[in-house]
Amino acid sequence: MSNSILENVDAAGDNTADDTVTNTAADSPASTTVMSMQQALNRALDEVLAENPKAVIFGEDCGRLGGVFRITDGLQAKHGPQRVFDTPLAESGILGMSVGLAMAGFHPIPEVQFDGFAYPAINQIVCQIARMNYRSRGTMPMPITLRVPSFGGIRAPEHHGESLEALFAHVPGLKVVSPSNPHEAYHLLKYAATRPDPVIFMEPKSRYWQKGEVDVSRHDAAGSPTGAKVMREGRHLTLVAWGAMVSRCLQVAELAAEDGIDIEVLDLRWLKPIDAEALAASVRKTRRAVVVHEAPLTSGLGAEVAQLITQSCFDTLKAPVERVTGFDVPYPSGDLEDEYIPNIDRILFGIQRVLEYKRG
Amino acid sequence: MDTLLPVASGGAAGPLTADELRELYSLMVAVRHLDTSAIAWQRQGIIPGYAPELGQEAAQVGSGYAVDTTRDFVFPTYREMGVARTMGVDMVAYMSTHKATWHGGLYNPMESRLAPIQAVVAGSVLHAVGWAHGQTLDSQDGVALTYFGDGASSQGDVHEAMNFAAVMKAPVVFFVQNNGWAISVPTERQVAGGSVAARAAGYGIPALKIDGDDVVAVLEATRRAFAHARSGNGPVLIEAMTYRRGPHSTSDDPGRYRSLDEERDESGIDPLERLRQRLLADGIADEAFFAEALAAAKAEEEQIRTGIQALGSRPGTEMFDLVFQETTPALQAQAANWREESEHV
Repeated sequence: MSNSILENVDAAGDNTADDTVTNTAADSPASTTVMSMQQALNRALDEVLAENPKAVIFGEDCGRLGGVFRITDGLQAKHGPQRVFDTPLAESGILGMSVGLAMAGFHPIPEVQFDGFAYPAINQIVCQIARMNYRSRGTMPMPITLRVPSFGGIRAPEHHGESLEALFAHVPGLKVVSPSNPHEAYHLLKYAATRPDPVIFMEPKSRYWQKGEVDVSRHDAAGSPTGAKVMREGRHLTLVAWGAMVSRCLQVAELAAEDGIDIEVLDLRWLKPIDAEALAASVRKTRRAVVVHEAPLTSGLGAEVAQLITQSCFDTLKAPVERVTGFDVPYPSGDLEDEYIPNIDRILFGIQRVLEYKRG
Repeated sequence: MDTLLPVASGGAAGPLTADELRELYSLMVAVRHLDTSAIAWQRQGIIPGYAPELGQEAAQVGSGYAVDTTRDFVFPTYREMGVARTMGVDMVAYMSTHKATWHGGLYNPMESRLAPIQAVVAGSVLHAVGWAHGQTLDSQDGVALTYFGDGASSQGDVHEAMNFAAVMKAPVVFFVQNNGWAISVPTERQVAGGSVAARAAGYGIPALKIDGDDVVAVLEATRRAFAHARSGNGPVLIEAMTYRRGPHSTSDDPGRYRSLDEERDESGIDPLERLRQRLLADGIADEAFFAEALAAAKAEEEQIRTGIQALGSRPGTEMFDLVFQETTPALQAQAANWREESEHV
C-alpha cells in the first residue's frame, strides 16, 4: 500500500462522519422506505406486538416515555399498558421477571436502558435466562429478546458506551446479534423476537438516527436472517465488523478503492452463533482479514473471529489476521472516545500491516 | 402469629379436618424418613451429596399443602424436598438432582407446577414475580409461591422481587424458612433487625411471622396468604421460624460453628413429635396409625431408593441437545467431535 491512501484519509477530514446511504430511491422497490434505525426498530416491535399476543415489552421508561431512545415510542398508547409497561429501576428485577413471564407462556422483550446497565442483571442473564431451557430439559424455553442499546460514540456518561458482545457470547445458552443499518435492524429484530431461545439484541446506539433504505417485504436476496452478510464484495482483503463499525468499514473500503485496494466488508450480524462458513468463504477468496470492533482487544470477539479464519484458511492466508479494536481500558469519557473507537486511520493502518506483511 | 400488616381474610377454609391432619402427619413422616435416608444414601455412596431439611418438615409440608396444582406455581430452592413430596412430584425424578443426574432434576416442571431445583441462592424469587404478573396479564387467578431462606434474604434479588411484586400487585406468596443458619452464619449475623418479615412493611407487603414448626399454623397462614393474593390484593410474606437440625449439606461440619448443646437448646421440640402429641391429645390418631404411617414411609423410601439406584446417566448428547430449542452449527460440530472422540476412547 502506498502512502497516498493515508493522505486521502487526512484529506477526508472528519473520520467519524459515517453516513453512507448507498442506495438511491430510484433503485428501490415499492415496498422500500427510508427510515432511521430508531424508526425501523420501532416498526419491528409494533409488528411483533400485533402478530404475537404473548409478546410483552417492558423496562425502565419503555412505556409512557417510549424509552430514552424512543425505540418503544407510541407502542404503549397503541397496544395498551398490559403489553408495554414500565418497571421499577432494577435490571436484575427486569431480567428475573422475564424468566417467570417466559415460564408463563409469554415472549418477553425487555429493554436494558444502556449496555452498562446489564451488569447488575448478569446473574439473572447468565445463571437463569441462559440455563433455564437446559435445567428444565427443554420444558421451559426462554424466548426472551433482550434489547440492549450498545457500543459507544454518543459522548454519554460512564457505563453508557460498553461493548459486551464477548461477555454474552461466552455464555452457553445465549445468542447474540447486532444490526448495522435500519434494514438489518428491522429484519433481525423481527426474527430475533420470534425465536424460542434467548437472544441478546445489541443495538448500535450511535446509528439510531442514521437513515437508510428499509425493504420490509424481504430481508435480502438470500432471504436468511441468520449468518453473516457480505455488504461489499472485494478481492484483496476482508474487513469483518458488526454494529456501528460496519458503516465505518464501508467508508474505509471506499477510500481504499481509490488506491486500487479492493476490500470486502463482511457484516458478521450474529455474534453467536458466528457464521464460520461465511468467514471461510470470504477469506478463502481475499486471503487477508482484519477484524474491527469497539470492545477492548484482549479476549474480545476478534480473537474468536481470527481463530475461525485461521482454522479454515491457514494454508492460504497471506498474513496473520489483524485486529483493530478498542483498548484494554475502561471506556473513556466523551472527549477521548474518538481516540478509543477504531477510526478510519487506525483501520487503514491495520489494513496496511496486513498488506505489507512478509513471511519471516 | 404476628400480623405485621393486615392480610385480607376470607376465602380460607375453616379448621382442618381430622383427615387433613392425619394426611399432614403421613406426609411429614414420609418426608422425614426420605430425608434421613438420603443422608444414609450419601454415606453409602448411592448419591454424592444431599442438602437435608431435618426440622423443616412442618414448614415445607404445611406450605406445600396449600398449593392448588391446577393453577398455582411453586419456585423452590435446593432444599424443598418436603414441598415437592407434598405436591405429589415424582420423587425419583426429584431426587435425581442429588444423584448428579441432572441439575434441575428429571421431573417435568410444567406438569409438576414446580420450577426446576434452583442452586442460586434467591435465584428464583424474581421468577415467581414474573410468573405471577403473567397471571395478572392473562386474567388468571393462579398464585406463585416462592421459597427462600434467612441467608437468601440478604440477596438484592429478594428486595427487587418484593418491590416489583408490591408495585405490580403481583399474586406472590414469599415464603421464608428462617432456619437460623446460612451454612455457618446464624440469623443474628445475617438479618439486621432479626426479622425478614419486618422488612415487608417497607414495601407495603403484609407479612405473617409464624411458628414454622407447627404444621397447622403454617398451613393456615399459607392458605390465608393464598386467599389474599388470589383475590387481587397483591403479595404476602410469611416468615416461618424453624431450625435447621442437620448440617447445611452432607459436606458440612456443623461442629465447627455450633455445639450439640446449642443445637439441643435452640432447636425446640421436633415438629413431627409436636404433631404426634397433638393428634394423640385430640384423639385424631393412635399408635397404630403412627406405625402404619412409618411403615408406609419406609416402603416409599425403599421404592424411591430402588428407582434412584436404577437410574442411569443421561446420554451425553443431552449436554448439547438441551442448550437451545434451536441448536447452532457450532454446537452441532462440538457434539459431533465429542461423539467421535469419545467413541475412540
